[in-house]
Amino acid sequence: MIIKQLSVFLENRTGRLTELTGALAEHDINISAFSIADTTDYGILRMIVGRPELAETILREKGFAVKITEVVCMIIPHRPGGLHKALQIISDNNVAIDYMYAFASGECQATVVIRADSLQKIIAVLQEHKMELLQEGDVYQV
Amino acid sequence: MEREELRKLQGERLREMVQRVYDKVPFYRNKLQDTGIEPGDIRSIEDLNKLPFTTKQDLRDNYPFGLFTVPQHDIVRLHASSGTTGKSTVVGYTHNDISMWTEVVARSLTMAGVTNSDIVQIAYGYGLFTGGLGVHYGAEKVGASVIPISGGNTKKQLQLMEDFGSTALACTPSYAAFLGEALVEEQIDRKKIRLKAGIFGAEPWTEEMRTQIQNLLGIKAYDIYGLSEIIGPGVSMECHCQNGMHIFEDHFIPEIINPDTCEVLPYGELGELVFTPATKEAMPLVRYRTRDLTRLHAEKCDCGRTLVRMEKCVGRSDDMLIIRGVNVFPSQVESVLLEMSETKPHYLLVVSRENNLDTLEIQVEVEPQFFSDEVKELEGLRKRIHANISSILGISASIRLVEPNTIERSMGKAQRVIDKRKLT
Repeated sequence: MIIKQLSVFLENRTGRLTELTGALAEHDINISAFSIADTTDYGILRMIVGRPELAETILREKGFAVKITEVVCMIIPHRPGGLHKALQIISDNNVAIDYMYAFASGECQATVVIRADSLQKIIAVLQEHKMELLQEGDVYQV
Repeated sequence: MEREELRKLQGERLREMVQRVYDKVPFYRNKLQDTGIEPGDIRSIEDLNKLPFTTKQDLRDNYPFGLFTVPQHDIVRLHASSGTTGKSTVVGYTHNDISMWTEVVARSLTMAGVTNSDIVQIAYGYGLFTGGLGVHYGAEKVGASVIPISGGNTKKQLQLMEDFGSTALACTPSYAAFLGEALVEEQIDRKKIRLKAGIFGAEPWTEEMRTQIQNLLGIKAYDIYGLSEIIGPGVSMECHCQNGMHIFEDHFIPEIINPDTCEVLPYGELGELVFTPATKEAMPLVRYRTRDLTRLHAEKCDCGRTLVRMEKCVGRSDDMLIIRGVNVFPSQVESVLLEMSETKPHYLLVVSRENNLDTLEIQVEVEPQFFSDEVKELEGLRKRIHANISSILGISASIRLVEPNTIERSMGKAQRVIDKRKLT
């Protein structure tokens, strides 16, 4: 249920992101999901990739501040109100979300990547409400 | 005063001072004994070069009052400058020290043409920093009307300058230039400004800055030099010839040494400035190494004074920076980063000057093992670094988190500072 996400610290510098994507491409690592939180001076890149441990090693060797963080990936229907229903369940159960990002995967469904203080709790809450969560086995090929 | 007469006076004062520190300060007694010198060996100014040097480290090692020659009840004032690892450089003054300081500042202001008809606006910081109070007492001694406005609050500075009709301004040169530009921005009619002289010091400045300040404010800008270890502002001062600062040698005996060999250099040669404040009571120092690099000139000045002149300092023999008048050592930043558990001492200080005000950016590498992927955590770290560094340095610095291994590590001495101000 717990999915490995790669987090990278990036200075706001032209070309820095390209160096990163280049390193991953070179090693044939696919990026399934991708988001950047940006501040004035730097950005924090978060992504789900195939073979996260290998990607971490490669990026570390390239001098990036990188680490693996744990998240959950929830599947929701790709239609109005889909995200709202899921978030309602989470907030009703007092689970605080640190950050999240989402992407539509195909016509009928979307995937939401969530980082929360307590991943165990959010997993329990979502399963109790019959929400679908991605398994580690299928996520890296999303 | 003729030079021979002055040297005789310096010799008498030096002899008396050496005896005094030998009797009263264990640090100096040990130091003199270690070098095999008895106070009796010092008979004239010729013997000055037999004496050992005093450094800022000696002040730190004897923190806070270890170098005082008088009991606490004779101390009437304490000043301090920021220091590494949180410890300041502390200086103490007796009543007589304050009188002497007042006297040299009064002389300085007189050299800038300040009299009892003047209104002196003191925009140096008041407080532990010696700038504000030092100039304040001297200006009162001259009989001028003093506006103790202290630093900052530019709008108020301009308002009082106009309403009170300030005729002299004392502050750091960068703040003077900043006020000059603010005057233009606020569209204040220069005819309403009565300023005629500026007494500027506490940080290095160039002839270009002097021209700029003089034009912006319509004044003559005078350079004043001093450091708290010796007394504060008023160690030396420019006359109207603006051709070097006259050192008040009757109180502060100057020397220039080679900073590497410590050999005394003749007049005209570039080296490190050393002072022996022979008349100071509370904390006289023997051959204090200022780390400022300059030259001394003994030729009589066109103003008629025979006092030795020092050129504007061209740099430092250590890595100290002067930012907004505050002394900053890269090692202070290092000590903060070493003390914090989430950082390592991989940093770079970038100093520049925007709108005539110094800015300090400190780049700190993010440590991969402490890297959090949450903005709030990283911003929290940045704020903690900011608070810790600001409290040690005494000035605010902007903190920029950078990627690991992006700050250049050289084989020898790491480059810790990029100074874009071009002050020399």
